[in-house]
Amino acid sequence: MRVTATVNGQTRQADDVWEGESLLYVLRERLGLPGSKNACEQGECGSCTVYLDNVPVCACLVAAGQVNGRSIVTVEGLASGTDLHPVQQAFLRTGAVQCGFCTPGLIVAAHDLLTRTPRPTDSQIREALAGNLCRCTGYSAILAAVRLAAREMSGDAE
Amino acid sequence: MEFIQPGSWAEALAIQAEMPAAVPLAGGTDLMVELNFGARRPPALLDLTRISELRHWDIDGSQVRLGAGVTYTQLIAELRDKLPGLALAARTVGSPQIRNRGTVGGNLGTASPAGDAHPPLLAAGAEVEIASVRGTRLLSVDQFFTGPKKNALEPGELIAAIRIPLPSGPQQFSKIGTRNAMVIAVAAVSLALHPDRQQVGTGIGSAGPTPRRARQAEKFLATALAEAGLWESRGRLPDELAAEFGDLVAAAADPIDDVRGTAAYRRHGLSVLARRTLSWVWQDYQDGQYGQYGQYGQPMSSAG
Repeated sequence: MRVTATVNGQTRQADDVWEGESLLYVLRERLGLPGSKNACEQGECGSCTVYLDNVPVCACLVAAGQVNGRSIVTVEGLASGTDLHPVQQAFLRTGAVQCGFCTPGLIVAAHDLLTRTPRPTDSQIREALAGNLCRCTGYSAILAAVRLAAREMSGDAE
Repeated sequence: MEFIQPGSWAEALAIQAEMPAAVPLAGGTDLMVELNFGARRPPALLDLTRISELRHWDIDGSQVRLGAGVTYTQLIAELRDKLPGLALAARTVGSPQIRNRGTVGGNLGTASPAGDAHPPLLAAGAEVEIASVRGTRLLSVDQFFTGPKKNALEPGELIAAIRIPLPSGPQQFSKIGTRNAMVIAVAAVSLALHPDRQQVGTGIGSAGPTPRRARQAEKFLATALAEAGLWESRGRLPDELAAEFGDLVAAAADPIDDVRGTAAYRRHGLSVLARRTLSWVWQDYQDGQYGQYGQYGQPMSSAG
């Protein structure tokens, strides 16, 4: 079947999509957007987190046909050209990245949190990122990145 | 495999009648896992996400009519005061990403013994609104679960909505897992006080082949509260009453040993959860802090 959706602001089309295929497979294998990672394929790890109509979801649990005519934003869609989004910059500055596999999902989840809650408490950060697993860094640097991004984005001084 | 995307409920029912083997798909949080792992290859997927009325809820008399496609995120944001037990359970489902997609109708469709929505629906005395081209029927949620991952839907039927009485008293939910997110319950208990009719509702999860009520425990607690005049006085709960209630909830279970826990652990856990949720609802009852329906001195009959 054919699937047509707005992806990172552009209308994109994929043909010969299998009816049981996931949005994640379409993004990575058919549309050349490998930023969203494929790890658990069961919604446990959050590595494939993308926005679907402005709501963060696990792309592995969305059937491709369900996104027809809808809007998707992946981690590739957060930067403006070569200018990284403040959430991405904060992950770099705090060293919240080791192997990097969980990073795209964490960045989308953190981006969503800070869009809804500009000055989150630590427990709000923990709850917002509860569905994103990291197996290398531990979470301290990741929490530091979100706190830093919150400060930068809300214009609060140190 | 076919991918069928009806734009209306009538169309969905017509397709399900014609192709009873088509599998309904909403948030995909259960079904897509099975597809991703090759565990299931149904002849057709029936995508229900384009049917906007499934995403809506409204108040119908003394009930909330909850569209089958209402997500856990919606429940938490919009229905905390009207469906307190269900909203508390929704907060423990998966992660934000899962709660954004997962639906109560989907939870019932999957009918896992561990489904988080089931205990509070049992405790509240909910009914499932089941529809087909033949018409609509209501089934009490405690008759809906027929076995592990089996429910009472007949071929051609879809879950339209869940009808849940507005609360006349406090409701609580507690579950055991290895962390505070992303866990399938090892055991779960939901407890509701119905002071308007001096009854008690319970629901226990992950503790038998289906979610179930602990009827003896309900009867015991309602009677004990009445005999001690506690429904009216809202006085201190005797410790031995809570202990007996916990024992009776545990006795209602029929748990198994599996990868998440042993049957003995589950029974022990259920008695703890039962005492804990009882202490919480009783505190809420004493404080009168349980949503806009049923504030102290304003039973549901006058507030609803």
